[in-house]
Amino acid sequence: MRKQGLYDPAFEHDACGVAFVARLDGVRSHETIAQALVALEHMEHRGAAGAEAETGDGAGILVQLPDTFLRSVVDFELPEAGRYGVAVCFLPRSAPRRAELEQLLERTVRAEGQVVLGWRDVPVDRRHAGSQASLFAPTIRQLFVGASSEAGDDPLAFERKLYVIRRVAEREAGPDLVIPSFSARTLVYKGMLTSPQLGRYFTDLADETMTSALALVHSRFSTNTFPSWELAHPYRMIAHNGEINTLRGNVNWIRARESQLASELFGSDSAKLAPIVRPGGSDTAVFDNVLELLVLSGRSLPHALMMMVPEAYGGRADVSDALRGFYRFHECLTEAWDGPAAIAFTDGTLIGATLDRNGLRPGRWLETTDGLVVLASETGVLDIPADRILRKGRLQPGKLFLVDLAQGRIVPDVEAKEEVAARKPYGEWFEREHVRLADLPPRTRAEHRDEPVRLLQLAFGYTQEDMKVMLAPLAVNGEEAIGSMGNDTPLAVLSNRRPLLYSYFKQLFAQVTNPPIDPIREAVVMSVQSLVGSEHNLLAETPAHARQLVIDNPILRDEELESLRQVDSDVFKAHTIDFTWPVAEGVDGLEPALERICAEADAALEEGSNILIVSDRNVGPDRVAMPSLLAVGAIHHHLVRAGTRLQAGLVVESGEPRSVQSVAVLIGYGAAAVNPYLMLATIGQLVDEGRIELDRATAEERALKAVGKGLLKTISKMGISTLSSYCGAQVFEAVGLSNELVDRHFTGTPSRIGGIGTGELAEGALTRHARAYPGNAGELLPVVGLYAWRRDGEHHQWNPETIALLQHAVRGGGRSTYEQFAAAVNDDSARRSTLRGLLRFRTAGDGGIPLDDVEPASEIVKRFSTGAMSLGSLSREAHETLAVAMNRIGGRSNTGEGGEDPERYLDERRSKIKQVASGRFGVNIDYLTNADEIQIKMAQGAKPGEGGQLPGHKVDAYIAGVRFTTPGVGLISPPPHHDIYSIEDLKQLIYDLRCANPGARISVKLVSEVGVGTVAAGVAKCNADHILISGHDGGTGASPISSILHAGVPWEIGLAETQQTLVLNGLRSRVWVQTDGQLKTGRDVVVAALLGADEMGFATAPLIATGCVMMRACHLNTCPVGIATQDPELRRRFTGQPEHVIEFFFHVAEDVREIMASLGIARFEDLVGRVDLLEADGALVHWQTRGIDLSNVLRIPDVPEGTPLRRTEAQVSPILHALDWRLIEAAAPALDDDTPVEATFAVRNVDRTVGGLLSHQVAKRRGRAGLPPGSVRFELRGSAGQSFGAWLAPGIELTLVGDANDYVGKGLSGGVVAVRPPGDAAYRAEENVIVGNTVLYGATSGRAFFRGVAGERFAVRNSGALAVVEGLGDHGCEYMTGGRVVVIGPTGRNFAAGMSGGIAYVLDDDRFAARCNTQLVALEPLEEADEIVVRSLLDEHVARTGSPVADALLADWDPARFTKVIPHDYKRALAVHGEARYSDQPISTGGGGFFTKESEEAA
Amino acid sequence: MGRIGAFLKVGRTEAPERPPAERVADYHEFVGTLPLTELREQAARCMECGVPFCHHGCPLGNLIPDWNDLVYRDRFDEAIQQLHRTNNFPEFTGRLCPAPCEAACVLEINEGNAVSIKQVELAIIDRAWDEGWVVPQPAAQKTGRSVAVVGSGPAGLACAQQLQRAGEDVVVYERDEAAGGLIRFGVPEFKIEKRLVERRVQQLAAEGVEFRFGVNVGVDVTAAELQARHRAVVLATGSRIPRDLPVPGRDLVGIHFAMDYLYDRARAVAGTASGGISAAGKHVVVIGGGDTGADCVGHAHREGAASVTQIELLGTPPPSRPDDLTPWPLWPMKLRTSYALKEGGERQFAISTTHFSGANGTVEAIHWQENTGTPPFELVPGTAESRPAELVLLALGFLGPEVELLDQLQVERDARGNAAAARYLTSADGVFAAGDVRRGQSLIVWAINEGRQCAESVRAWLDAEGRSERPNAFVSIATTGTSE
Repeated sequence: MRKQGLYDPAFEHDACGVAFVARLDGVRSHETIAQALVALEHMEHRGAAGAEAETGDGAGILVQLPDTFLRSVVDFELPEAGRYGVAVCFLPRSAPRRAELEQLLERTVRAEGQVVLGWRDVPVDRRHAGSQASLFAPTIRQLFVGASSEAGDDPLAFERKLYVIRRVAEREAGPDLVIPSFSARTLVYKGMLTSPQLGRYFTDLADETMTSALALVHSRFSTNTFPSWELAHPYRMIAHNGEINTLRGNVNWIRARESQLASELFGSDSAKLAPIVRPGGSDTAVFDNVLELLVLSGRSLPHALMMMVPEAYGGRADVSDALRGFYRFHECLTEAWDGPAAIAFTDGTLIGATLDRNGLRPGRWLETTDGLVVLASETGVLDIPADRILRKGRLQPGKLFLVDLAQGRIVPDVEAKEEVAARKPYGEWFEREHVRLADLPPRTRAEHRDEPVRLLQLAFGYTQEDMKVMLAPLAVNGEEAIGSMGNDTPLAVLSNRRPLLYSYFKQLFAQVTNPPIDPIREAVVMSVQSLVGSEHNLLAETPAHARQLVIDNPILRDEELESLRQVDSDVFKAHTIDFTWPVAEGVDGLEPALERICAEADAALEEGSNILIVSDRNVGPDRVAMPSLLAVGAIHHHLVRAGTRLQAGLVVESGEPRSVQSVAVLIGYGAAAVNPYLMLATIGQLVDEGRIELDRATAEERALKAVGKGLLKTISKMGISTLSSYCGAQVFEAVGLSNELVDRHFTGTPSRIGGIGTGELAEGALTRHARAYPGNAGELLPVVGLYAWRRDGEHHQWNPETIALLQHAVRGGGRSTYEQFAAAVNDDSARRSTLRGLLRFRTAGDGGIPLDDVEPASEIVKRFSTGAMSLGSLSREAHETLAVAMNRIGGRSNTGEGGEDPERYLDERRSKIKQVASGRFGVNIDYLTNADEIQIKMAQGAKPGEGGQLPGHKVDAYIAGVRFTTPGVGLISPPPHHDIYSIEDLKQLIYDLRCANPGARISVKLVSEVGVGTVAAGVAKCNADHILISGHDGGTGASPISSILHAGVPWEIGLAETQQTLVLNGLRSRVWVQTDGQLKTGRDVVVAALLGADEMGFATAPLIATGCVMMRACHLNTCPVGIATQDPELRRRFTGQPEHVIEFFFHVAEDVREIMASLGIARFEDLVGRVDLLEADGALVHWQTRGIDLSNVLRIPDVPEGTPLRRTEAQVSPILHALDWRLIEAAAPALDDDTPVEATFAVRNVDRTVGGLLSHQVAKRRGRAGLPPGSVRFELRGSAGQSFGAWLAPGIELTLVGDANDYVGKGLSGGVVAVRPPGDAAYRAEENVIVGNTVLYGATSGRAFFRGVAGERFAVRNSGALAVVEGLGDHGCEYMTGGRVVVIGPTGRNFAAGMSGGIAYVLDDDRFAARCNTQLVALEPLEEADEIVVRSLLDEHVARTGSPVADALLADWDPARFTKVIPHDYKRALAVHGEARYSDQPISTGGGGFFTKESEEAA
Repeated sequence: MGRIGAFLKVGRTEAPERPPAERVADYHEFVGTLPLTELREQAARCMECGVPFCHHGCPLGNLIPDWNDLVYRDRFDEAIQQLHRTNNFPEFTGRLCPAPCEAACVLEINEGNAVSIKQVELAIIDRAWDEGWVVPQPAAQKTGRSVAVVGSGPAGLACAQQLQRAGEDVVVYERDEAAGGLIRFGVPEFKIEKRLVERRVQQLAAEGVEFRFGVNVGVDVTAAELQARHRAVVLATGSRIPRDLPVPGRDLVGIHFAMDYLYDRARAVAGTASGGISAAGKHVVVIGGGDTGADCVGHAHREGAASVTQIELLGTPPPSRPDDLTPWPLWPMKLRTSYALKEGGERQFAISTTHFSGANGTVEAIHWQENTGTPPFELVPGTAESRPAELVLLALGFLGPEVELLDQLQVERDARGNAAAARYLTSADGVFAAGDVRRGQSLIVWAINEGRQCAESVRAWLDAEGRSERPNAFVSIATTGTSE
C-alpha cells in the first residue's frame, strides 16, 4: 500500500522467528528440508496474521540449489551443477506486463554474456494461502541461466554476474519485478503465508527428490497487514529477527559511498551496481543488499558481518589485539548497523547466525551426536531425544555462530574471527595511519576578534533560563537538569518566540519494535567516539582507509577545534566555511548564502580538504548567522547528492548550540563534532561572575561530560549504542517545517504538517541579531518563560488563569466558572498553541439536535480515565483521591508503575487499571488478578525511551511494601522492558498477562511519534484489546528537560496516524483506542473522538482539580500542596477531594454533550473516527501563514463504506488451547479443598506461559497467600515454551525435565520452578544452556533452580525470588532489588549492573571481579549467615535437580570459593531496617513515575 | 530557586514596625526592614514555582521569583536590574503596594505563609539607592520628538521616564508645586518620606525630563497650545472627583473630603504651608474603611485628636480568607486592621450615616444606624446612635476624572466616565491616557504599569506617524522585556 495521509509504509517494522537446520557432513537430504519446515511450524506463535487469520505476514525457506530435483522438473537441458543459476521471480499476474519483464530479464542475461536456459512455472497450491494473500499473490517463475563458456572456474565470478544481471533488471523494471533469489548456490521459496502454509503452498517442498544439506526458515511478524510477498524472509543471504535502528543513516552513508565503489572483482561492472539499496525494502532487505555486495566483492561472510554488526570490544580484556585492530580499522570504513538483531546467514556452504552487541534477540542451538545442527529463535522446535544431543548453546551478544559444511564442523567464534582478523595487518594499519585529536599539538586561535559575550548571547537568542536552567546545572552537576509536569508550551511552529531551528526536530525513540538501551548500566556497549576524514572505497581495504582523525568526545573545546583547523599534515586538511551572511542583505540574503556555502564546500573538496569546519565565528554587527543546523543539513545533503560526502568530515563551530538537543540534532544530520564556543564562553562567564562555584576548567569539563552523557541518553533511547552510527542517522521527525525545506536540506526526514521555510528562519535570525546590534553589552538577557510561566513569555496552556479557574470551578464556582475556564483554554490565542486548536467542528447545518437527545454525561464519563501516576510519584492521599473519584463515576484510575496496596483491592480505592512497566514494581499474580485492565507502558510522554529511578531516601516503608522492596533502597526502572525487544515479544507478554488474568483487557501505552500507527497495528495483531496513544506534552513524571521538550509529537498526529493505519488494515474494529496529553475541555475530548479515540485519559487536569498548582517540583519532594511528595508534613496540606475530580469530569462531559448536540450526534460512539466533522480553522491557520497543512491529519482513510471506525468486536482469545486448562483440571483437588496433587505432563515449545492461568486461579481463590506449600506438584517433560512458570503462585511447584525458552519464572509470585535435563542426556548439563534469556524478570517471591546455564539478564529486576543457576550470560542480576541468587558456574559480563538490592553469591573463578559492574555493589566474603543461605539453597537445588555440581560443592564445602555481591545501599538499609522476610514475603521492587537526577544514584 | 524545602523550616516574618506609641509622636516612616541575613532567609523560602502566581498577581508583572532568588544568593546588583525591568519605582511600591503578589503566592494557599515579597522588593531598591546603583540613565540616542505628560503621579512619572529613556523629549506638566501626585500629597509622610519621592523625581530630571510645576493644563495652558507644542500628549491626571455623602447636614462646616485633609496635612508636614484642615483636639470621624480613611486616622492621631472613629458601610469581613468568595489566588476579602487603628481609634462596620448635626453651621455630631452589612444595606431598627464629631472626613473613594481637560481635548469617555483609551490612545489625535484617568481609581502598581505600557504605545504611534501610517493595533506590549 502506498503512502496515504499519515500512513507511510516506510515505518513498517517486522520481527519474527528464525531457524536453520544443517547437516555437518554436507549430505543433502529431503529430511533436512522437512525438519526445517517442522521447526517453522513450531514457531508460528512468533509470526503473525493480519485482519484475516489465514493470511500470514510471511514465511519462507532457503535451501541449497536442489540440482537433482530441478533437473527432474525442467524440460530443458541443464549444465552441470554450479554452471547454472536460478532466478526466482515474483512477476505480475498481468500477462502483458509479465511478458515485458520476462523479456527484460532474458535481454539482460544475454547482454551480460550469459545464457538463457529456460523458464519454469513454480507450482503452487492456492488452497493454502489466505484470501488476502491470494489476491496479491504474484506469478512465481524460475529463470534458469547458464554460465557463459568464458566464465572461469571461480564460482563467485558467476554469482557476481548473476548479481549484476539482477541489479540491472531490477533497476529497469522498478517495483513490479521481485527476485527473491538468483544464485547458482541457493534457492528461496517465500510468500505472504503462515508458517504451516509454506510447505503446502509450494508443492516443490514436499517433493522427496528436493534435497539440501541446509535449510534456513523464517516466520514473519509485520506491524501491519498490507500485502507484501516481497518482504517475507529469507532474503538472498539472510533471515533476520530484529530491527536496524540506524537504517536511515546507513542508507544515506551507503548512498554517499556509491560514487566511490570500485571493485577489481566486478571490474567494469562496478558502475552497474548503484543504487546498492533497492528502494522500498525493509531494514532486512537493505541489510541483505549491502551484505551481498560486500561478500561478492570478495569478503567472506563472517568478515562482512563483523564489519556491519561488530561486537562491543571497547574496554574488554578478552578481545585479542588482532581482533581489536580489525574492528578499529573497519570503523574507518563503515559505521555499525545498530539495533537488536539475530541474523541467520548462509551462502550455501557456510551457515550461521550472529547477534547484536547487546544480545537483544534470542537464539538457541544444538548439535546432535549424528552431525545435525539446529539453530532457532527457540529451543524445542524439533523433537530430538536427549540422548542424541551432544551440546546445546545460545547465540551470545556480538558472537558468531558458524557452521561450515565444507569443514563439517561448528567453527568457534574466536577461531572464525581471528582468522578474519589475521587476513591483513589491520591493527598495524590503523595504528600507523590514524591520528588522535588529543595528540595534535594545541593551537590558539589565529585571528582574535572577540565580540562581547553578551552581544553574542543576544544574537544567538540566549535567555536567562538558558543560563540558569540549562547551562548552570550542566556545569555544576555534570548532567542535564530535571523538570516535571510535562510541556504545555506550543510547538515551535506555533510559538511567537521564533524558536531556534533545533526545536522543530523531535527525537524519535524506540517502542515495541526495538528496545531503548540503558546507557548508564549498560555502558559497556556504548561509544561516543567520532571519526573525521575522508573515507575510501568500501569494497577495497588499504592502509589509507585508516587515515582518520579519531575524536574521543564529539563536543570540542575551542583549542581542540583550533588543533583541527590548523592541522598540519599531508593527510588532513581543514577548510573553514563561514555560514554568516551580510545583515544588509536582509531575509533575501539567506538563500544565496546557502548556495555559497555548498559551492564553497565543493571547492574545498576539490582542493583536497577533508575536514570542513562550518563556522559562524564571523557573526558581528554586520553579519548574521543562519541556523547552524541549516548550514550542516544543507552541506551534508548537498554533498550526499553530489556523491562527495565521504571526502570530508563535517565539524561545526557555532555559538548557537547550547543543549543536548542542539548537539544531538547537529550530529544526527551529519556533523562529526561540534564546538559550541559560546556555550563554553558562557559557562566561563558564569564562573567568573561567581554563579558557578567551580574553576573554569572544571566547569567546562563537567559541562562537556554532561552533554556527552546526554547524547548517549538521546541515542540510546532509539536503541543506538554508538555515536558513529547515530551520525547522519536522522532519527528525528520534523514538526512545523515546510516540505521544501526538509526535502532540500534534511532529506528523508518525516515532516507531516508542513510549516515554515527559509524565509521565516532568516527572519528569526535577523530578529535575534537586531537584539544584539546595535546593543549594549550590559543588557540583561530576556526571560522567555519556557520552563516556567512568565507573563510576557511563551504561552503555557496551564497558566495562573486556567489553573485558578479550574480549581475555582470545582470548589464551588460551578458550571459558569468551568465555562470561563474552558473559554480561557479555547480562546483564539490559546488555541493557536495546539494543533487541535487549529481545527474546528463542522457543526450540523440544521442546528443539530436537542441537548436532551444526547446521551447523558454519566455515560460519557465512563470513557474517561486518569493517567498512570505511581504511588511514590504521588502521595498516598492524592493517589487514592483519584481512584475513588474514578470508581464513583465508572471511569478508571491507573496504579502507575508502583504497585498497589492490597487493602485497596477491597474497596473504592482500587485502581481498575494496573500498570505493568519496565521496572515491574509491585507486579505479582495477586496484583494482576485484581485488575480490570492491565496496561503495558511502552513509553511515557514526558520521556519516551528512558528509564528512571527513585532514590532510596524516597522509598519509605509503605512505598517499599507496596513495591516489594526494601525501605531506603533506591530503585531503578530500566529503559526497556527486558521481555520486549521486538514486536513478537510484546505478543508474548500480552499472552502472559492474559494468562495472569483472562478477564482483564490488555492495554498497550504508546507515545506519539512518526510510525506509531504501524506500531499500533502491530500491537493490535499482538492481541491487545486497547491501545493508548499518549501525546508528547503530557507527563507528570520528572525527566531531563531535553526529553520533556524534544521527544515525541502531539497526540493529534499520533492518534490520527493510528486511526488511519488501523482502519486501512481492517484492525480498528478489534481494539479500543485511547488518547491522552493535556486534555482539558469538552472540545479537546470531541476532537480526540473525531480523530479516532474511543476513550480519553487525563492526568494534569484532575491533579489540578485536587489542588496541583504546577509547581513543577515533583522531583524535589517539596510539593507544597501535598500531591507529588512523600513528606508527611506536606501530605497533610493536601486538600483535594474525590468530589473535585468528579465535578471536573462532569463539567467536561456536559461540555461534550453540548458540542455533540451541535454536531447532531446523540451517541458518543458515533463520534469516534468521524474525522469528516473536523476541518482546519481557516481563520487560525491562515493567521500566521506559517505553512501548516493539516490535511494529512484530517485524511479520511480510503476504505469501503461501512468499514468500522471504532471497536466493534473482541479479539479472539489466544489462550483457549493452553496447556494450563489441563493443569487446572488436575489441580482441582488442591484448589477446592487443599488436597495436594501431583501429575506429569508433556510440554512443547508452543506451550507458553505454563502455570500462568493456574496461578490466576490460585490468586483469585486464595489471594496473595496462595496455596499451602507443596499443594500442587507437576512435572513437565520436554522443551517448554516462553515464560515457563510465569507469575507462579504460592503452593505450586513446577519441575521441568528438559529445557526452557526465555522468560522462565517471569514475575514469579511465590511458586517454585526447577528445570533439569532428562536423566539420559548425553551432555554435561552444567556446560549447556538450559533456560533462555531474561529469566526471573520482575520475580517478587518464590524459588527457582536451574540445572544448567542460563542466558543473558538472569534475574533481571528480581525483587524477592531465591534462585540457583549453574552459569549465566551477560548482565546477570541487573537492576535486582531483592532476593538471593546463587551462581555455581561462570558468569558473563556486566554482572550486577544497576543492582540496588538483594544478594548474589557467585562461585568465583578468579575472573569474576572483572566481569562484575561494581558501580553499586561491593564484593565481600561470605559470613556465617550467608553460608546458611547458600548451603540451604544448594541443598534444595540438589533435591530438585539432582545436580552433581552442587552436590560436590556441598560435599567439599569451602565458603572461600564464593564471592558475595551486595549493593551498598542494600547493606545500609539492612543494617537500619533489619532483614526482611524474603522467603515468602517479597522484599523488594523499584521506582517509576518518580525519578530523580542521576547524581542521586547511590555512590 | 531559593533553598529547596526552606519554606518548611523557615516561617514567614512580617516587616518590623515601630511601636504605635512611639511612632505617633513623629512623622517618620514606621515600617522598617529586616536585617539582611533574615531577609535572605525569607527570600530563600521562594520556590520559584513553575507557574508563579505572584508574578501573575502583580499588576506590573514583576519578575518576583527571579529577584527573590537573586536576593537569596546575595546578588542585589542584579536583583535591582531585574526589578527595574518591570518597575520604575520599587521604593514607592515596596512601601505602598498592598501586595496582591503575596496573596497569590503559592505558599499563601496555607494562609499566612506567603513569601515576604514586598519586603524583599523594598530591600532591593533601598540597598540599590544606598549603594549608588540607581543613577540617571539618559537615552543614548535622541529622537528629537517632544511628548507632553500631564500629571506627575506614578503613572505620569513612569510614562515620562520610559519615554525619556527611549529618546523622546518629555515635558511633565503638574498643577501642584511638586511632583508625585497622590504619593506626594495624599500618602502621609510616615508611610513614604517625601525625600524619597523627590530623589526619584531628580533622577528623571537628570535623565532630561522637564518638569513644569504649577501649570494647570486646560487653564494655564490650553489644550490647543499643548498639542501645538508636542507631537503627543499623555494624560495622567488621575481620578480625582471624590464620592460625596448626600445626607442631611452635609453642608455643615467641618465636613471635608479626606483628600483635602491629607493634602493640607502633607503641606503642613513638609512645611510648605501652614494652617488648613486640622484634627488637633477634635473628635474626628472618618467615614470609609479603606486606605485613605486609614491615612486620615493616622494623621489625626499624630495631630492629637480627642478621639478618632472610623466607620464603614460594609459589614465585618470574615477573619480569614473566605474560600467560597475569594479563593486563593484572588485578593481575599477578609478583615484587616490598618496600621492606623493599631495606633488607636475605634472602628465600626455596617454603619450607615443618617445625618450630621451641629450648631452655628459647624458640625458637632454624626448620627448613624447599623445596616445589614450587604447591599442594599437595609437599616437595622433600634440601632440609631449619635457620636460627637467635630471633624468629619469623607473617604468614600473617587467617582472619576476631572472632565474639563478631557472635554477641551475632545477625549471620549467610557461608561464609567473615564477616558476611553483601549490601547492608551484616546479618540483625540495624538492624545493618550494612562493611570487612574483611564482605568479609574486603582493601585499604584497599576498606575506604574499603565504609564509604562502607555509609553510603549506612544512610541509605536510616533514611529508609525513617522512612516505616515498609523498602527491600528499592537501585536504585543512588552513590559517585562520578555518577549522577543
